[in-house]
Amino acid sequence: MPKVSDIMESMEYGPAPEDSSAVRDWLAGRTFGHFIAGRFTRPDQTFATRDPSTGEVLAQVSQGSARDVAKAVRAARRAQRGWGAMPGHDRARFLYAIARTIQKRERFLAVLETLDNGKPIRESRDIDVPLVVRHFYHHAGWAEIAETEFPGHAPLGVCGQIIPWNFPLLMLAWKVAPALAAGNTVVLKPAEYTPLTALAFAEICAHVGLPAGVINIVTGDGETGAALVASPVDKIAFTGSTEVGRGIARAVAGSGKKLTLELGGKSPFVVMDDADLDAAVEGVVDSIWFNQGQVCCAGSRILVAESVAARFESLLRARMDRLRVGAPLDKSTDIGAIVDPVQKDRILGILSRATGAGAELVGGQAQDGCFIAPGYLKNIAPANPGMREEIFGPIATLSTFRTPDEAVDLANNTAYGLAASVWSESATVATDLAAKIKAGVVWVNCANIFAAAAPFGGVRDSGYGREGGREGMLDYHSPPIPKPLRDPLPAAIAASPDGAAHEDKNIDRTVKLYIGGAQKRPDGGASYAAQDELIPLGGKKDIRNAVEAAAGALGKWQGLGGHGRAQVLYFLAENLALRRSEFAGFASVEQIEAAIRRCFYYAGFADKFDGATVAAKPGHLTHVQHDPHGVMGVIAPNGSPFAGFMSLVLPAIAMGNTVVAVPSQDKPMAALTLAQVLATSDVPGGVVNIVTGPRDGLAQALASHDGVNAVWHVAQGEALAATERAASETLIPVWSPEPRDWAAPDAQGRDFLRRATRAKTIWLPYGALPAGTGSSAY
Amino acid sequence: MKDHDSKRRNPGTALHLEWFDRIAVNTPAAERRAASLPARRSLKKEWQAAWLLNAVRCIDLTTLSGDDTPDRVARLCAKARQPIEPALLDALGVEGLTTGAVCVYPTMVAAAKHALRGTDVPVASVATGFPAGLMPLDLRLAEIRYALDQGADEIDIVISRAHVLRGEWSALYDELCAMREACGRVLMKSILATGELKTLTNVARASHVAMQAGSDFIKTSTGKEPVNATLPVSLVMLRAIRDYRDQTGFIVGFKPAGGLRTAKDALNWQVLMAEELGRDWLSPDLFRIGASSLLGDIERQISHHVTGRYAAAHRLAAG
Repeated sequence: MPKVSDIMESMEYGPAPEDSSAVRDWLAGRTFGHFIAGRFTRPDQTFATRDPSTGEVLAQVSQGSARDVAKAVRAARRAQRGWGAMPGHDRARFLYAIARTIQKRERFLAVLETLDNGKPIRESRDIDVPLVVRHFYHHAGWAEIAETEFPGHAPLGVCGQIIPWNFPLLMLAWKVAPALAAGNTVVLKPAEYTPLTALAFAEICAHVGLPAGVINIVTGDGETGAALVASPVDKIAFTGSTEVGRGIARAVAGSGKKLTLELGGKSPFVVMDDADLDAAVEGVVDSIWFNQGQVCCAGSRILVAESVAARFESLLRARMDRLRVGAPLDKSTDIGAIVDPVQKDRILGILSRATGAGAELVGGQAQDGCFIAPGYLKNIAPANPGMREEIFGPIATLSTFRTPDEAVDLANNTAYGLAASVWSESATVATDLAAKIKAGVVWVNCANIFAAAAPFGGVRDSGYGREGGREGMLDYHSPPIPKPLRDPLPAAIAASPDGAAHEDKNIDRTVKLYIGGAQKRPDGGASYAAQDELIPLGGKKDIRNAVEAAAGALGKWQGLGGHGRAQVLYFLAENLALRRSEFAGFASVEQIEAAIRRCFYYAGFADKFDGATVAAKPGHLTHVQHDPHGVMGVIAPNGSPFAGFMSLVLPAIAMGNTVVAVPSQDKPMAALTLAQVLATSDVPGGVVNIVTGPRDGLAQALASHDGVNAVWHVAQGEALAATERAASETLIPVWSPEPRDWAAPDAQGRDFLRRATRAKTIWLPYGALPAGTGSSAY
Repeated sequence: MKDHDSKRRNPGTALHLEWFDRIAVNTPAAERRAASLPARRSLKKEWQAAWLLNAVRCIDLTTLSGDDTPDRVARLCAKARQPIEPALLDALGVEGLTTGAVCVYPTMVAAAKHALRGTDVPVASVATGFPAGLMPLDLRLAEIRYALDQGADEIDIVISRAHVLRGEWSALYDELCAMREACGRVLMKSILATGELKTLTNVARASHVAMQAGSDFIKTSTGKEPVNATLPVSLVMLRAIRDYRDQTGFIVGFKPAGGLRTAKDALNWQVLMAEELGRDWLSPDLFRIGASSLLGDIERQISHHVTGRYAAAHRLAAG
């Protein structure tokens, strides 16, 4: 040990290891089984879990088989009845007990997490575990008040949950807490690399007396996960890579299982010329140099205004050079170990392709063991793989923009849409960018801030569904189910009319597709027979044209605002009332009146389906807004040609979406007649596009078009499965509203509006003066 | 008496508004950084003892009270000569440790000089109408000359807060240049009284003007404002020092005052210096801590480090 007088010259920090003896005693050569029905099973086939910083084996855990999963799902099913029926207050007590117990064991869990994952102890101690505790407290609250806050809602049942290795215990909390609060039971599969805190959590559940089977934990690799996805659960919730997410979406297609996906990201980090550059540099530290860059929402694409780029880079470089890479258990470590050698190789592979394509890597050297120094890629453009692919390591990209519009274009030039960070001292500029960047979470002048009350989740290839707050709770509930009414299957497409001559003395009527505000002939030049007319037979190219028209109309339609759109919908109602007779042959009076009522209802809601400012953290304005999806594909029920069509199109457009609608295949005339009314009612061209033809084919064309942001498909069985399979590639969320009487009052409501929107959470810390509210990040 | 010519001085520059007029400090971000910083570094065992002793050699051991007397000042100076009990220092193998300076009112300078004779411990004097500074400029300058005449080795001046609050940067600059001139060959530390400037942006801009006018140190507080040195304010001042160095190549020191009371504070501030500016700013020629009670807490920690027992305050020599 060096002499004090020597240290007084060098002023080095010295080692500051966290004590891990309690955790090592707990591990001590242990072999873990699964936690099923309140007990640990006898281990059978096992694998080792290691400390990535040393390679040391920490424990043996069990490889979950399909049989283990089935056993766990049965246990969860048995437990769900009682757990779901339990008064919310009683569930709240259990969640509260879990929160308290985790809090009492916070140091143990932080050390265990750091050993298993390699993240610095500072992060597991100051960020992960405190957030876990908060999440359980927050959801103890939801359990208590869910009955009155979500009236008529029911738990989904048994939830299969698959979580990643980057925040093992925190992701467990995000999954388990809302599921339990809502009355579901859980089978959770922790990541193969990092199963230990989940097993410690199982002990905590047993300790607080959580009823057997409410939580089941099955460890294992991807095969175990696949078995869980295939098992008879009611919902799959997954956080992980986009690639695996696609596979899961494909696997559950047509199963009726609910699905939420929180996938990858390549989030923009936009530094405007008026930003506090030091603050922004620290934001990078909290983004991509947090958790070794293994953060799905990390601001990994730094975009900086050209006029400040040189100064920003010099500050960034200086800050980077002060980061300490080293032993995760050392309290002075900033960057710990990459989770596994496989991941390290993956990171280095992307870096070598990025530099091969012309980027320059600053820092970012691979070190002995599972370590990579922090770094960034410069001289890099969007075409470089390093700027497109999620690196999931401590390496950012650094490039420039000239003007705010270019910043937005570059920010949105990605397949992903999880998060964004915007730095500007102008509230005017920052909030504009926050609105225009496509992401589920936007941090203004901050980065990677999380809170249980603030919904988190993505758009585009970053997945769908939200975790946290009210939105997160809704994803573990089912709303009141209407009285089911079968929707008749469409008849086979007949290429020619049935031969019955028209008695009509009028001039022959030509119906066309309605695309971009104009009547269009179908691309294929073909028709099919329905309702005694020749109906245009739309196809994939018509869908393409309609999506393009819908995308083009978004700006104007959203620019109208809620009030402006309401005026249009009222005018539509007025014109429908005037032109009732034109619809008379195609829809019943009841259907027409229902359509008019729907116009009023959604006009009324157009400026009232408000978001919320959530009480996430003091000193932070945390704004959750209901953003429209964008372009929606709406496949209307076959059996309800007018009320059904309007019950789906109207909530979608009221919220600011534009729509490509496929009307009833067998009775399309009401919708086609509507086209003329739309044009006279000031509905801008492209807001509602109508493509007739084979329902299922058109649905698949919509679900496999990357420019579509959400699909509603009233269908069952193989038709729906095919749409969901198509959407598993594009990661478009598909909602299949239950068939019902579409003229009935319960064919409208908030649930339709919720499905027509996605929550976007915008964080804005405020404070003119130091307020002493800055905690150590959480 | 130290040879002031060997000290690094900041010659100052012409007034450059463009170096600071676009600064806008994001306060929540500064607070976040300041809050996470102490949690990012940990000092244990020998390293903790060494960093605490380093803090001692950076302390401007201070008494600035209306009831100061020559004897009270002499007692303080005795502590400055021997800030930590010799047996404890022996155990750690450290010799010749003193505080960085003592800091007193001008009328107490002579007493302090007398009490410190035979040592290298400099005497710093506050001046320019400390603490409010609301005296005519010629009297404030005269007070500097008086303190120098009494033998002061360093001068801690206060700025006119009004100039900052009213954005009168050239007036502030001119006033500080005049003070710097009056200080002559001794170090000038400029007290910004950050607790009265309130916003971090004000603090940053005032820091720049003070450095451009030739301050050798910028100092947070008089100890008399409602809020004295804090980590966020210090962070902003250190970044100003860094920016000024990047612009000019001139090196300026930093002195937090009035907010540091515990050994943990002493560690936190040193971590801040090391992380934001580097090793050079952990030496008394670039880092001073204006404090009085801090030393006692450090001495107790050192005592614990050496003996394994927590010492009661009464067992350690009073300052």
